[in-house]
Amino acid sequence: MHELAVCQGLMTQVGRLAVREDAGRITCIRLGIGPLSGVEPRLLADAFPVAAAGSVAEGAELVVEVQPVRVQCLTCGAQTEASANRLLCGSCGDYRTRLLSGDELLLMSVEIERRQRAGGVPDV
Amino acid sequence: MCDTCGCNVTNGNRHLLEGDGRLAQTESGREAIAVLEGLLSENDRLAAHNREHFDRHGVLALNLMSSPGSGKTRLLEETIAALSGEVRIAVVEGDLETENDAQRIRDKGVEAVQITTGTACHLDAHMVHDALHALDLDRIDVLFIENVGNLVCPASFDLGQHRNVTLLSVTEGDDKPAKYPVMFRAADLMLISKSDLLAVLDDFAPDKAQRHLRELASTAPVHTLSARSGEGMPAWLDWLRAEFQALGERATRGETLRPAIQPDGMRLHAHQHPQVPHGHHHRHD
Repeated sequence: MHELAVCQGLMTQVGRLAVREDAGRITCIRLGIGPLSGVEPRLLADAFPVAAAGSVAEGAELVVEVQPVRVQCLTCGAQTEASANRLLCGSCGDYRTRLLSGDELLLMSVEIERRQRAGGVPDV
Repeated sequence: MCDTCGCNVTNGNRHLLEGDGRLAQTESGREAIAVLEGLLSENDRLAAHNREHFDRHGVLALNLMSSPGSGKTRLLEETIAALSGEVRIAVVEGDLETENDAQRIRDKGVEAVQITTGTACHLDAHMVHDALHALDLDRIDVLFIENVGNLVCPASFDLGQHRNVTLLSVTEGDDKPAKYPVMFRAADLMLISKSDLLAVLDDFAPDKAQRHLRELASTAPVHTLSARSGEGMPAWLDWLRAEFQALGERATRGETLRPAIQPDGMRLHAHQHPQVPHGHHHRHD
């Protein structure tokens, strides 16, 4: 169960982003995760509220887009779907393939609410 | 990890971006900001820093991973004995509790730093960085980082190592690579350990284990060995010598070695940005 550690790293990242963008609140976090990243989306969703408690992202929605496992064959060139423990070419069956997608562990986007400026005074 | 140039954008995720990479403002007045940064970028940054340290001191760093009880420490004990006087070795030991493994290594006359992780199931780049403060890298040729015995979590955390070595003992199932694809896909070398027990185990076939590894699109070499009997040890020691030599040769060209499989963004980053001299220097004295 290393998903909590992953979530804590995520909090550091979005916290820095919130300061940079002068965000009052983070309302949504979108992640892209592939089965070969070693991170389980369901466990990540469980760990997220714990890691986010008391932070700028508390109460934010966590959206995980699971990326498909796809390989390109180095022998015949075909691009095919594969499964995490069988990364063979779906066309010719060769094991010499290159992973096109499926190992992502990415923070894709963050939705923020900007901090309200008191009295509409312009920034100096 | 790159925050600025968009090198994390792949064919797999490009569709998630719109226009200039900044998504339109939503109806509620909220604003969506594209990031496309690796989720472990904090860890990856420190791992890259560790790797720079290893490179500068000419130290080959190997991350040893396996399930608990597969014989990592025993392999290290015999490796230290076999390379005594030839290769200067040090070991970083990761365990949840106890100093036992580090003590076993010290008994062989080699420096060992124990990291006790408490409840954490893996080492991360930060823990390894802290452990490096206790070592004089100028007096080391090969640093073994013996990860916490676990076939799941350690695979996701770059420590700054040059190579991943994954052990699979014959007392486990030969289908372990199929059951733990993330771990075994990360292996630059798979060692099938405790081969002296094959004679009494009729349910482990080394060629099957290798076939399961190939099904992960891995071209990593596989060696079968027994630290206890010494069988198969020469091939492993030759691999070690060759990797150490390769590191030295690359260093003269200003390059480094990396595990074959890198976390997604990191791999792309490495492809698009050749190694550049880093701007700061600090020593661990």
